[in-house]
Amino acid sequence: MGHDTHVQEKSVAQYEFNRKKNAVEMRKQVVNFAIMILFTFIAFAVVVADFSPYFIKPVILLLAGVQVALQLYAFMHMGEKKAPFIGVINTFVWLGAVIAFTFFLCFLTIIWW
Amino acid sequence: MDLNTKFTPKSWPDHAEQATLEGKNKFVGIWIFICSDIVLFASVFATYLSLKDKGPAGMDISAAELFGLELAFVMTMLLLTSSLTSVYAMYHMKNFNSKGVLIWMGITVLLGLGFLGLEIYEFYEYTVHEGFGFTHSAFSSSFYVLVGTHGLHVIIGLVWITGLIIRNMKRGLNLYNAPKFFAASIYWHFIDVVWVFIFTVVYLMGVLG
Repeated sequence: MGHDTHVQEKSVAQYEFNRKKNAVEMRKQVVNFAIMILFTFIAFAVVVADFSPYFIKPVILLLAGVQVALQLYAFMHMGEKKAPFIGVINTFVWLGAVIAFTFFLCFLTIIWW
Repeated sequence: MDLNTKFTPKSWPDHAEQATLEGKNKFVGIWIFICSDIVLFASVFATYLSLKDKGPAGMDISAAELFGLELAFVMTMLLLTSSLTSVYAMYHMKNFNSKGVLIWMGITVLLGLGFLGLEIYEFYEYTVHEGFGFTHSAFSSSFYVLVGTHGLHVIIGLVWITGLIIRNMKRGLNLYNAPKFFAASIYWHFIDVVWVFIFTVVYLMGVLG
């Protein structure tokens, strides 16, 4: 299955550049992780602090949404345009999201009508 | 080219996990699986939300009384951290550091085991000490199905990653196992994505009542 793979020896400069680039990317991922941890803290803190539920619910849902976007686009590389079949993947993810939304709409409105 | 070709750090491709046709197919395959899993979780989430606090007349257990935040917080931290450790494993894969991949994947498994242990402890507390068994009410059934489906995904992920570590312990990185490690790490991130919604919707909003 490796027939289409073209392997090339890198020059020393290219190799060292790539290692540095990987290290910079990893540092960015740690920052993303720090943001996720911070958001988790805030979400738990606003619930413990006992604000009005009308304030808490939208805030924690928003924080969850940002965390999930960070996971998908930073950790899972959904935004990488050069990845293979990335258009197919994005189409499926958004279709999945639409079906998921339909479930919520349906179950939360008609079941206890 | 043979999949078991040996590489050096300098000849290792930039995107080794997608360098072969098999790697590309694995990448799109794991994502399509995840999309079908999104739909599965959406259905159990929607079921939980519509059956929350519902049950036979005179039911004495509600989400606000049952759920505690301490355990959920520790579980969240464990799973979030295990997500970062699998990113570290992928970082070492890019640098052709086989040992780094194995060690960080191993740490990921340990954190996942910690999470699973706490979840089993939580279920045990609810069923044995609170009398909140699976057949207690519509609320309890939908809760165990939702959180249990996620727990099952964690178990599958742990078995998967442990198997990868054992099988590739001495092989070193090549184009055969790089896509396997990458697919497992994508799956592990997805487990964390689902957990973000579970701790927000089940625990945090459950405590609010």
